[in-house]
Amino acid sequence: MALPTRKFDAVVVGAGGAGLRAALQLSEAGLKVAVLSKVFPTRSHTVAAQGGIGASLGNMGEDSWLWHMYDTIKGSDYLGDQDAIEFLCRQAPQAVYELEHYGMPFDRNEDGTVYQRPFGGHSRNFGESPVQRSVCAADRTGHAMLHTLYQRNVRANTLFFVEWMALDLMMDETGQVHGVTAMEMETGEVWRFHARATLFATGGAGRIYSASTNAFINTGDGLGMAARAGIPLEDMEFWQFHPTGVAGAGVLITEGVRGEGGYLLNKDGERFMERYAPTMKDLASRDVVSRAMATEIKEGRGCGKDADHILLKLDHIGLEKIETKLPGIREIAKKFANVDPVKDPIPVVPTCHYQMGGIPTNYHGEVVVPRDGNNASVVPGFFAAGECACASVHGANRLGTNSLTDLLVFGKASADRLIQFLKENPGHKDLPKDAGDYSQSRLARLEGQTGGESVFEVGADMRRTMQAHCGVFRFPDMLDAGVKKIREVAERATRTEIKDKSRTFNTARIEALELDNLIEVARSTMVSAQARQESRGAHDRADYPKRDDVTWLKHTLWYKDSDRLEYKSVNLKPLTAESFEPKVRSY
Amino acid sequence: MKFRIYRYDPEKDTKPTMKEYDVALEPTDRMLLDALVRIKSMDDSLSLRRSCREGVCGSDAMNINGKNGLACITKLADLKEPVELRPLPGLPVIRDLIVDMSQFFKQYHSIKPYLQNAEPAPEKERLQSPTDRLELDGLYECILCACCSTSCPSFWWNPDKFVGPAGLLAAYRFIADSRDQATNDRLDDLEDPYRLFRCHSIMNCVDVCPKGLNPTRAIGKIKEIMIKRMV
Repeated sequence: MALPTRKFDAVVVGAGGAGLRAALQLSEAGLKVAVLSKVFPTRSHTVAAQGGIGASLGNMGEDSWLWHMYDTIKGSDYLGDQDAIEFLCRQAPQAVYELEHYGMPFDRNEDGTVYQRPFGGHSRNFGESPVQRSVCAADRTGHAMLHTLYQRNVRANTLFFVEWMALDLMMDETGQVHGVTAMEMETGEVWRFHARATLFATGGAGRIYSASTNAFINTGDGLGMAARAGIPLEDMEFWQFHPTGVAGAGVLITEGVRGEGGYLLNKDGERFMERYAPTMKDLASRDVVSRAMATEIKEGRGCGKDADHILLKLDHIGLEKIETKLPGIREIAKKFANVDPVKDPIPVVPTCHYQMGGIPTNYHGEVVVPRDGNNASVVPGFFAAGECACASVHGANRLGTNSLTDLLVFGKASADRLIQFLKENPGHKDLPKDAGDYSQSRLARLEGQTGGESVFEVGADMRRTMQAHCGVFRFPDMLDAGVKKIREVAERATRTEIKDKSRTFNTARIEALELDNLIEVARSTMVSAQARQESRGAHDRADYPKRDDVTWLKHTLWYKDSDRLEYKSVNLKPLTAESFEPKVRSY
Repeated sequence: MKFRIYRYDPEKDTKPTMKEYDVALEPTDRMLLDALVRIKSMDDSLSLRRSCREGVCGSDAMNINGKNGLACITKLADLKEPVELRPLPGLPVIRDLIVDMSQFFKQYHSIKPYLQNAEPAPEKERLQSPTDRLELDGLYECILCACCSTSCPSFWWNPDKFVGPAGLLAAYRFIADSRDQATNDRLDDLEDPYRLFRCHSIMNCVDVCPKGLNPTRAIGKIKEIMIKRMV
């Protein structure tokens, strides 16, 4: 049965920071755009970002995009592509000014300029001392940013399809993308969105782990769709474990707490980060801090009766500063940790937070794949931005604040390039005859499944497997066993069964479809991690404790098709700046 | 723990029913949302919205033992059994705990919830003093969960005409912004027997706001400015 079809110039999938920034650019250009989102836009996970947006405005003292660039490259453990990183850091101030002009309620200095706070890994003069580079709205920066972008889209009359879940890419035999299939959650109807260009801004997939700061909706839908269409996923072994998730609950406590003067303590009351990072201390890069915390716990210096967490102390910064700069943290600590940080430290543990890898793109947001000897051949009509994309600006470890910067800069840049693509490629090409069939067969499989397993059970096993086999520290035997296990779980995921077969707002069906996406992300992560025989950024191998630039200064590309791996070189050549050669990384 | 949950599937039910659940919870189940996720793992037909699970996305607003709130930041230990859960009152129910929020968002959109400033933007940021910025605290933090508007009798009677507490809080957020130049237009738009003046300061909105915001106060400020403008 042919699915109903609607035509648009462009379809944007996802309405978080990147999707909304892109949508704004496209709407203001007068294009006919459909923006699909599983949730009302202001419920996207950007809303949970707390600490800030990195941009070298220099409002608090001298700063430069080149220093920001250095910090980002060093933070990435030299796996980031330096052209994309230069682009990010140079565009960041303009992106922040635009957001301010849209009405973002930034914190302010006495002179009326935007306030900036210190953040992990941000330094002046190439690592000399901490710098204040993170613009923020208290500790609700993501919330303020997402609402501001949504509001600006209301002004621009952007056409949203709220509570629609994209199912699959529609790609022709030449590899050109012509839109997506998507399901309206309220009715269960499936449509084909026939678009001349498709932009994914679908966010991350932190829900592959049991302990995660991520929202339920972070199920890697864009990555799943791309992988099923034969597009590789890049650098999936690199997952950021944020140092400070509330122990037990997983809820995020911003690095801004340490930026504003908070610090970490072990059971002896020792400020242990001084040992691991003498210069930056608690404001070292996230991978460094998380590893230090995990080491303290592993060596028996964890806090609490089970010696399983670390304490984040901030009472000394005072009630006033906590109330003005960190009010949301106080709220979270009271609710999820039963402590008032004005008096008591918050129990925290490293918690899965951010996916550095994703759909491979260049710094214009064009999706690129190896083809005919070119390792970055553009997939016509397909763009990606934000956490779902891998440009790669974050490399092996993302610098705090750069996620929001990424959303703004690449949300806009990808939309600009998309507009150019539409100019050069007028008119819709015909949809392939079988467009939509694949989605229908997946849905038919789910409807007809008998004797299958519950989505909940399979999902829980996936999360447990990832947590146990592919966490902060990675061991060869655990990775080997992990690959075997995750393949078994993936096999089981092809036989999930839902009891509820109704059409109206059937969230059981949605969760089953989400698991299809998560499982591709989990598998790509485990397989890529097992193969990478070195320690770099967030990927820490017990059997290969050192970074190996001779063999492994390269990006992983994972293909769904029989878990095949390929590699491509890191771009060490910036756009205009001089190249930053890999060096020993210390903070 | 015992729950009574409002169930309604328009495809098979002629009217809603309250379904009882008795669930063995784990020690890690601390918030109401944890319990609901556990219930859903046993009965996948239960439908609700949820996302961030930390009280910032505004998805899982519902009526909990008679009072609107967010499931993800409502502690189970604080709830009287059986915990009675219903969809937000006053909006059409799509299914189970999921309501149609169109009317709520329509009102939010109606106040033009975006900064208006006709002057060309400067090269860098527009300047704003910390004191002027402070005016936005308690206003910009709204998460559009609709707990307030759906606990407001005036909104129940006139959801098509009364902007409601969330929309009015947003209106004042822009009126109070030193960078916004559309105060007069905004006031003109609200000077109407329904849009603003249906608020009778019942203060249910203040009572239920999960972010501790005070829409009644913001509404009072709008009225104050309007009166000053008349004089």
